[in-house]
Amino acid sequence: MLEKFLQTLMDGLAVGSLYALIALGYTMVYGILKFINFAHSDIFVLGAWLSYSMAIMAGLSMQSAVPVAPWIFAALGAVTVLAAVMQAWDRAGYDRVPAAWRGRLPTPGLGGTLTIVSLWGWSSVGLAFAARMIATGAAESSAWRTVAGGVILLAAMSTCGLIGFCVERTAYKPLRKAPRLNVLITAIGVSLLLQNLGQLDWMFGTRPQGMPRLLPDVTLAQFAGSETVPPVKLHLIDVVGAGTAVVLMVALDILVFRTKLGRAMRAVSYNDRNAALMGIPVDKVISFTFVLGAALAAAAGFLYAQKYPGLGQTASATWVLLGLKAFIAAVVGGIGNIRGAMLGGLLIGSAEMFARAYQSPSVADIYVFGILIVVLLFKPTGILGTNAQEKV
Amino acid sequence: MLLVKDLVVSYGAVKALHGISLEVRQGEVVTLIGCNGAGKSTTLRAISGLIRARAGTVEFEGKPIHRTAPHEIVRLGIAQSPEGRGIFANMTVEENLELGAYTRSDPEAIASDREWALSLFPRLRERFRQNAGTLSGGEQQMLAIARALLTKPRLLLLDEPSLGLAPQVVQTIFKIIRDINAAGTTILLVEQNAHMALKVAHRAYVLEVGVIKMQGPAAELAASDEVRKAYLGMH
Ligand SMILES: Nc1ncnc2c1ncn2[C@@H]1O[C@H](COP(=O)(O)OP(=O)(O)OP(=O)(O)O)[C@@H](O)[C@H]1O
Ligand SMILES: [Mg+2]
Repeated sequence: MLEKFLQTLMDGLAVGSLYALIALGYTMVYGILKFINFAHSDIFVLGAWLSYSMAIMAGLSMQSAVPVAPWIFAALGAVTVLAAVMQAWDRAGYDRVPAAWRGRLPTPGLGGTLTIVSLWGWSSVGLAFAARMIATGAAESSAWRTVAGGVILLAAMSTCGLIGFCVERTAYKPLRKAPRLNVLITAIGVSLLLQNLGQLDWMFGTRPQGMPRLLPDVTLAQFAGSETVPPVKLHLIDVVGAGTAVVLMVALDILVFRTKLGRAMRAVSYNDRNAALMGIPVDKVISFTFVLGAALAAAAGFLYAQKYPGLGQTASATWVLLGLKAFIAAVVGGIGNIRGAMLGGLLIGSAEMFARAYQSPSVADIYVFGILIVVLLFKPTGILGTNAQEKV
Repeated sequence: MLLVKDLVVSYGAVKALHGISLEVRQGEVVTLIGCNGAGKSTTLRAISGLIRARAGTVEFEGKPIHRTAPHEIVRLGIAQSPEGRGIFANMTVEENLELGAYTRSDPEAIASDREWALSLFPRLRERFRQNAGTLSGGEQQMLAIARALLTKPRLLLLDEPSLGLAPQVVQTIFKIIRDINAAGTTILLVEQNAHMALKVAHRAYVLEVGVIKMQGPAAELAASDEVRKAYLGMH
């Protein structure tokens, strides 16, 4: 039965690396702000659905290419105009109004942020168009299809990064000094908002859709197998999926533990006031953390949609359960600990797949939650977690 | 160099500073002494931009900074070694020092400043790759000061550097404060150890529940009856 074991292990690692990618976002935000970003799993869902929309737009499905929804251009155009107005206000307007009025008017600084948002939005749209050009320019060649898929992955990561940025700026940043509970409830609100926005007709709609395959369905290797035992198959999609996840996680680990920016992130996570005293721009570091987490979740969404092409509506319980498992992975690994999130993801993914294969799919979740309970009983801080740092 | 005028700071409804004014001139060591809860740390936090003033102004080298973000104030040349040392216990001594140099980009200048800081505190060199959380209290204080020095400040704010340290270590720290000042860094020193603080400082301010009660040359204050009674424990 070695074949079955190997097959299950590979499945477990493939799913586990997706959980790990999502868990990283939970853990990074918790590490820095000490709250659970309940809206994080919805970014993952948006990542999957945006990948689908962009693939359809690029004409990568059976149907012919569909145009980009006009409201996207309208919205981005409006942001761009607003950005220009606010830039002018920042440069010249604010200092000219009487001091007494200033309290009621926007303070300078918004112009820069809006400019970033609009440029970022346009680049995401640009990436989506690039995918479309690649797809139409080289129709029916599976290699170019894959290249277009790669560009869609980047576009989805960029778009979700932008969404993460906007969510943090508008929903969480104003509550930076508020009690944790308020932020938590806000996060639930953002989560419901994103789920239900996604269901609107002009967004993704309520009907399930099938994600077009962007990778050729190739079996890379096949081991053993006989008349009675099915062979162990190594699918290209699993290798690319797990490979992408591993590359992203290694890149993140290097970023956090080997670079100046990563050191700044760890400093902010330990104590934001003292980080500010080192000259670290705390708000920027926090924004960056959200963007990073959202981009990783989007990548997970893309890879998930490749492996399991049937996408349910954005508020469906399947997504909620997936997000929950990724969150459990973060807690099991030690919330706030980046390497813990990776470990937790792989552990939860493997446990789930082994339970599915050796018992039955219906009991898999029992094992996932069982691991959570056991870990919390014996090591409440998670496997790699250290004692929680109280924020001063 | 630093000019604080009519500074009012409150935490919620509680006023911590009732409009204090003080000045630090280039090259000086100025000390701010006072009892627990007088508002000394609050003053330093307001200067560093960690809390916003309700009213009043803070000027550094002629520019108002009371609306400036804390990380920008560091770039302008004000560093603070905060109360409780504020070291990053999840990182090594080396990483803490590197964070001190966060705003700077010239590796050679940083390396030579680090050498200088390590020569002031040889103990840190021995503990270089050790986790900063495992340092003793005195070593953590040394690290906090060394780290602040690595921002290359023109004005260094020190919040109770002698707190909880053994007498010999206190002597060392104050000697080093004098060395740092001799090397050209202006210092605003907050202390409860008025005895030592008045010895190293050129001028001093006495803060009592959010109000400046006395000010003048350190030697004069040290000789005054009031200060001797209230802060130097003499009768
Ligand atoms: N975060 C805070 N929230 C509410 N009140 C505060 C806060 N920090 C300080 N205070 C209050 O402000 C006043 C001044 O505090 P501050 O820390 O500046 O005193 P201090 O002179 O530094 O005292 P110590 O010598 O004990 O460090 C005190 O009454 C204190 O209770
Ligand atoms: Mg204090």
